Amino acid sequence: MKVSLPIANEVKKDLKAGDYIYLTGTMYTARDAAHKRLIELILNNEKLPLDLNNVCIYYTGPTPTVNGRIGSIGPTTAYRMDGFMKHLKMINCTIGKGPRSEEIIDLAKNNQILYLMAIGGIGAKLSLCVKSMDVIAFEDLGAEAIFKLEVVDFPVIVAYDIYGNSVFK
Amino acid sequence: MRNISYKQISDAVYEMAVSSIYDLDDKMIRSLKSGLINEEDFLSKTVLKEIIENSDIARTNRIPICQDTGIVVCFLEVGNEVHFDFLIDDAINDGIKRAYIDERFRMSVVRHPLDRVNTRTNTPCIIHTRFVLGDRVKITICPKGAGSENLSSFKMLVPTSGIDGVKNTIIDAVKNAGGRVCPPMIVGVGIGGNFEESAILSKMALIRDLDDRADDEIARKLEVELLEEINKLNIGPMGVGGKTTAIAVKVNVGPCHIASLPVSVNFQCHASRHKEMII
Repeated sequence: MKVSLPIANEVKKDLKAGDYIYLTGTMYTARDAAHKRLIELILNNEKLPLDLNNVCIYYTGPTPTVNGRIGSIGPTTAYRMDGFMKHLKMINCTIGKGPRSEEIIDLAKNNQILYLMAIGGIGAKLSLCVKSMDVIAFEDLGAEAIFKLEVVDFPVIVAYDIYGNSVFK
Repeated sequence: MRNISYKQISDAVYEMAVSSIYDLDDKMIRSLKSGLINEEDFLSKTVLKEIIENSDIARTNRIPICQDTGIVVCFLEVGNEVHFDFLIDDAINDGIKRAYIDERFRMSVVRHPLDRVNTRTNTPCIIHTRFVLGDRVKITICPKGAGSENLSSFKMLVPTSGIDGVKNTIIDAVKNAGGRVCPPMIVGVGIGGNFEESAILSKMALIRDLDDRADDEIARKLEVELLEEINKLNIGPMGVGGKTTAIAVKVNVGPCHIASLPVSVNFQCHASRHKEMII
């Protein structure tokens, strides 16, 4: 099934844990260090480097682009970002890998923030789905900076759906 | 005495780093393919297919298998008849630094655990050295990702816990790690030694040949039994359920104190990258 980003609420109703879907649209990378900075800005009521409303956040720290070719860009382990999520209830969905805490299952159910899993360790393949990549914030963090990605048919598994279901056994 | 040059060491490390990042071990690919035949569900099959396809794409297009190109662990066996007129750690770090800069791998090492400033060279490596007889140096390098490393565990059991206590500890560690370590995984186990030795034993277990069996009879039996039990846990590829949770369990054992029974479990994701070279 092909799905556009950000994922519309009507579409979220059709997505069930375990569905294998292909995403097209815009996503923003952010992992540990970028989350820490974003949350500090939010808590201090400072201006954010991007509008977080309804965005898709992808937990990844890619290898650098080489001669215009996007580097390896697979997901990093999502649970490390769980503690930040209570401040990010405005976003559309997250993409990472691995099981997360109950709190994230509840966010999917109560706030429609889907958690999608990209397959870990397939960064070479996923790089082929990324059509453009531009750094938009925290460039000093290197691979942990926030990049804006335009993706086409980026494969993910619906991990936590809006009905409280999980793909994990 | 045989002289080995800085350049020989540095170049060997460079070459191993580059090939390990792009080329997944053929034995791992073979194991993933046999896992694919065993799996029945759409999702577990899909995950394995994608991982296998990714290894082809990485090799053909020279894109890193995984974006986490790791912190490099290096095991050295230095013959007593070898002479260096330099610090061997410098030559190893030089090879890694050049490889990561030239190939534009991800720089994943910070200089301090709390100030978190990136060294931008992916060094220093973590180097374990021991001395052996002979006039050769054996270098093993292992770019180790953090996703699997972070779920490693250590437990000090009481010596009377026995084999059942050890097995339960390992199974619990695998259950706790679950889908977060990017299964199919290799489970490296170190039993015995002391606090730090058991951890090193578990790391050394991970870099063993995928097809070998432990020399020690008890360890060998544990490897077979644990692999079977782990693959019944239904964790499966990336935690979506299935029979292919672990590709191998490797158990290394060592002598220990009468009062101690240390058990370390170190995980390796399916992007198992390690190379060795004898100079």
